[in-house]
Amino acid sequence: MLTVLALMTAGVILGFLLRDKCKIIKHIDKLINIAIYLLLFLLGISVGTNRTIINHLDKLGAEALVLSIGAVAGSVTLAFFTYKYFFKQEE
Amino acid sequence: MKNSFIIVGFFVLGVFVGLINLLPQVLAKADLSTYALYILMFLVGVGIGIDKKAWKILKNANFKIMLVPLTVIIGTAIGVIIVSIFLKDINIRQALAIGAGYGYYSLSSIFISKISGETLGVVALISNILREIITLLVTPIFVKYFGKIAPIASGGATAMDTTLPIITKFSGKEYAIISVFSGIVLTVLVPFLVTFVLKI
Repeated sequence: MLTVLALMTAGVILGFLLRDKCKIIKHIDKLINIAIYLLLFLLGISVGTNRTIINHLDKLGAEALVLSIGAVAGSVTLAFFTYKYFFKQEE
Repeated sequence: MKNSFIIVGFFVLGVFVGLINLLPQVLAKADLSTYALYILMFLVGVGIGIDKKAWKILKNANFKIMLVPLTVIIGTAIGVIIVSIFLKDINIRQALAIGAGYGYYSLSSIFISKISGETLGVVALISNILREIITLLVTPIFVKYFGKIAPIASGGATAMDTTLPIITKFSGKEYAIISVFSGIVLTVLVPFLVTFVLKI
């Protein structure tokens, strides 16, 4: 995974150096999308061939929902205080 | 938004292909996905580096605006830690990693599958898709009861693109920059935080 993070950092630096050549942006976005499609397709295949996951999809979905609710509730609650103490007065 | 459907479509297509054993399993087991991930992350990096608008927004960051992504990081962590107590199959570290996707489901699920296996990857995928959907649906209520930062916090990494229109509509145009800023910071942090949480 460190390789991945190093590659990303290298990409940021290269992108920053190339930032005046805006024409490539469009192609980069397209390539990113293709890579994401491919990776999620492959993840889908390994999920589809994994009986344990398929047989427990309802349970995994329920766990996912609980985690989403926790994540959203936590951030929204803290956002209430951030808004109240740092942003609201200026309006 | 259209892109989200295509991404999920590819995943679902993959699941069906896997289910009916259309492709030999060798393909899924091959290192194709590792190399695709290398290429993806390099390109994501280039995309960030080359984005002039993003640099401009990041350069004008002040203490107050930094508080917004920080709110998302801390709030999400507290929230998932609390709910993970009720989930016997998910430990705190795994819950934190899934939370650290901040709605960026494509990347976070890929990372988590690679590090912790497909089962957790699927939970991460569904959980982070739901985070985006919840934000799209509940933003009006969030703004009403929790203030204008709330949907930005709920949207997490998606606050810079997919959930930005609805956030701008209910929190106002003056919060669009804050939303994009928070989304960019979280998007960049996702791969680092997910790896950090699972590996350390």
